[in-house]
Amino acid sequence: MAASIETTQQVQEMGERTYKYGFVTEIETETAPKGLSEDIVRFISAKKEEPAWLLEWRLKAYRRWLEMPEPKWANVTFPPIDYQDSYYYSAPKTMDGPNSLDEIDPELLRTYEKLGIPLKEQEILAGVTGVAVDAVFDSVSVATTFKGKLEEQGVIFCPISEAIREHPELVRKYLGSVVPPGDNKHACLNSAVFTDGSFVYIPKGVRCPMELSTYFRINAANTGQFERTLLIADAGSYVSYLEGCTAPMRDENQLHAAVVELIALDDAEIKYSTVQNWYPGDKNGKGGIYNFVTKRGACRGRNSKISWTQVETGSAITWKYPSCILQGDNSVGEFYSVAITNNYQQADTGTKMIHIGKNTRSRIVSKGISAGHAQQTYRGLVKISAKAEGARNHTQCDSLLIGDRCGAHTVPYIESKNRSAIVEHEATTSKISEDQLFYCRQRGLSEEDAVALVVNGFCREVLQQLPMEFAVEAQKLVSISLEGSVG
Amino acid sequence: MPESASPTTAQSFVAQFGALRDTLPGAGLPWLRELREDGIARFAKLGLPGPKVEAWKYTRLRPLERIGFVPAGAAAQVDLDKLPALLPHTGVGHRVVFVNGRLRQCLALLADQPEGVELGGLADALRHDPDPLAAELGRNGNGARARDGQPLFALNTAMMQDGLVLRVRRGISVALPIEVIYVGAPGPEPVAFHPRNLIVLEPGARATVVEHHIGLGAGAYFANGGTDIRIEEGAQLHHYKIQDEGPEAIHIATTHVELARDALYDGFILSKGARLSRQEVAVQLAGEGSECHLNGAYMLRGEQHCDITTTIDHLAPRTSSREVFKGVIDDQARAVFQGRITVHRDAQQSNGHQLSKALLLSDRAEIDAKPELEIFADDVKCSHGATVGDLDRDALFYLRARGIPEAAARDILIEAFLAETINNIAAEGLCPALMSSIGHWLGGTTGRTEP
Repeated sequence: MAASIETTQQVQEMGERTYKYGFVTEIETETAPKGLSEDIVRFISAKKEEPAWLLEWRLKAYRRWLEMPEPKWANVTFPPIDYQDSYYYSAPKTMDGPNSLDEIDPELLRTYEKLGIPLKEQEILAGVTGVAVDAVFDSVSVATTFKGKLEEQGVIFCPISEAIREHPELVRKYLGSVVPPGDNKHACLNSAVFTDGSFVYIPKGVRCPMELSTYFRINAANTGQFERTLLIADAGSYVSYLEGCTAPMRDENQLHAAVVELIALDDAEIKYSTVQNWYPGDKNGKGGIYNFVTKRGACRGRNSKISWTQVETGSAITWKYPSCILQGDNSVGEFYSVAITNNYQQADTGTKMIHIGKNTRSRIVSKGISAGHAQQTYRGLVKISAKAEGARNHTQCDSLLIGDRCGAHTVPYIESKNRSAIVEHEATTSKISEDQLFYCRQRGLSEEDAVALVVNGFCREVLQQLPMEFAVEAQKLVSISLEGSVG
Repeated sequence: MPESASPTTAQSFVAQFGALRDTLPGAGLPWLRELREDGIARFAKLGLPGPKVEAWKYTRLRPLERIGFVPAGAAAQVDLDKLPALLPHTGVGHRVVFVNGRLRQCLALLADQPEGVELGGLADALRHDPDPLAAELGRNGNGARARDGQPLFALNTAMMQDGLVLRVRRGISVALPIEVIYVGAPGPEPVAFHPRNLIVLEPGARATVVEHHIGLGAGAYFANGGTDIRIEEGAQLHHYKIQDEGPEAIHIATTHVELARDALYDGFILSKGARLSRQEVAVQLAGEGSECHLNGAYMLRGEQHCDITTTIDHLAPRTSSREVFKGVIDDQARAVFQGRITVHRDAQQSNGHQLSKALLLSDRAEIDAKPELEIFADDVKCSHGATVGDLDRDALFYLRARGIPEAAARDILIEAFLAETINNIAAEGLCPALMSSIGHWLGGTTGRTEP
């Protein structure tokens, strides 16, 4: 559908203004020397007062990383990354673990307030429960709320560096067990230089009393963020975890290479939601975050369930495949995704569902919207191993194109070795139908509103999977990301 | 077949080319020499495709590499009576026979060719009237345009000796199907041959070509075919192919189809033979309003491996494509379906639909499917679907409740499943022949493991 002249102007005017999280916090920081070397790895490990085994683990990963080739198969293009032209550790000064929220630099508190993230332990919204937040600022976690309340139930929710000190047995047992350091180049780099992230442990039979959430903020220039999240749901437990992220507007590209590992034991359920809104670069494709993330969950136990929901609107380049390894019998994996790319954004995202246990089920719903000059790819794998009796998968991926300078690609891989398994995949690509628009306009909606309505309907199936606090934000994001690009 | 001491490598083909270089048909033609040299250079550079090549991700050429092949010599003597006729009224239509890739004039009824139809062999054409072939053979640049570079197509260009040449002149309709039989006749040593076919339909022409690939005897042979098809404005080609090669055969076929404005290509592939087979079809919908139907069925058992790889490029506005492939896989067989539809920026208001369905009949059978969509135009409707599973239990129960034994019930369902791809075939007499081919396959079921 051709954009009207008005719309084109609007897009130009809006340009960078649409990214409202693009401010920089002026704060004194402590950084490691620029570049990457074994010394930097040792520096980070020393800074975190880590045990020897972890340093060894990091160094092993680093040496492996040096030899690993860059993954080239994704449908994204960018100049080679100069790994030496970046800082691998940056932390606000005097941030060596504040004991209470009162000790936090007020400048930081203001930053999070501006981002709309409550670091005060308040009963937010009208809801009954609050949201516990772990706020990660560049390389360190600056605050974690509601820790006390969670501890009453035995839930551990803390920065991973703290978990390494306080709960080494848990960390050692599970770290790298889902995403081994040698999994891919980006995960390997993360294993070597990860600085912080969240650690969650839900004990047996506990239903986590509130939503857990981590908010990632890249602030410093030329800094990569390498956080590591480890989430363990013990037998019969349940947790819903949210993740959000933003970064200032800068002309250079910044690297974000995170690793998320989820482990669900017998009858446990993990719901993991992401609203990814890293700075996407300006309208000419300058700047923005390279978001190269490895997320994987292992349904180790019987009847366990892992559900990924993601709303991807930011980042110059997204390379992300939240996956489920369905080991336990009757385990369930779900992946709901809305990805929106505009201007010169590129996204290569999707999921892997590896069916190993009997009667395992998976469901994939992916909605991609591409506008401007953006290129978007859904890349997924559904693999049914020979032992996965009665496995079931249904995949649906739909793409919507707005404008004739963008592209949408669907690359699903289906591999089945079991006759009793049923795998179904369907995909469509289309534009917003003239009939739908006409219907809306007839009822007095402007064209832009009509498009927003149709797009929201298109994404609805995924958005309604989000926890309420996020669903509202996500809906707004969807309309902001597309504002001006339609008409 | 005893395995030869020296296995096949890219180098062994390059060496074979070196030895044959000056005796290949058209060796005196500078343009053809250049094309062949380019082909062998590309092949030598790319080598035999391995696991790192995305387009060959699921297909290994191990059965090829294990055996040493020698170039097929002069056509072996083949008894006319041994050749099965696919179409019911042979003798009335046009019939061309190739043995080990070479035209057997004596078996072809070329005498009563209608006006405006040129039908013959490539080697002959290169001897008598080579010039019109230059543009056609070089059209697909030895596979340079394909993402994997099509090394085996490049090898075909270098080594091609013979093949079908069909040109239908402007406005001519060939009423009867042209049946082309390719016979693999393994000798004492495993042989390799590289037939190259050219089909050109001039504006408004119509023709139906039925390819029938069969093997005589159980020995190994390597058939590495290449086909260039060009369909000009408003012309229509119906192209049906039955691949029923010998049990140890390796059958690789690369087909390029280019369509001009309002042209139609209606392709169908039935793949049931060969130890290892790969059908790679690349369709370019280059003219506005052109249309492509590409359907097929495969039936596999034992240790067969069948790879269907299709790429359809919508390059012009209002083009449409429809693709349906269905297959059944038994025993330890493995099927691969890779289908890509690309709608380019200028191809507004195009439609592309693709469906791949597979039935796994045994616990050790495997299917790998990769249906891809690449869309660069916004005003399009495209979809693809893929399903994998066993027979529908409810349907099976329904039939059994009516007193039909399980084995028969399964056969009925499989037949019905595959029939959907066959029913649309326009060529008279071909549908029943294909259906009986399915029936025959079902009758030969061995070692099926019941649940």
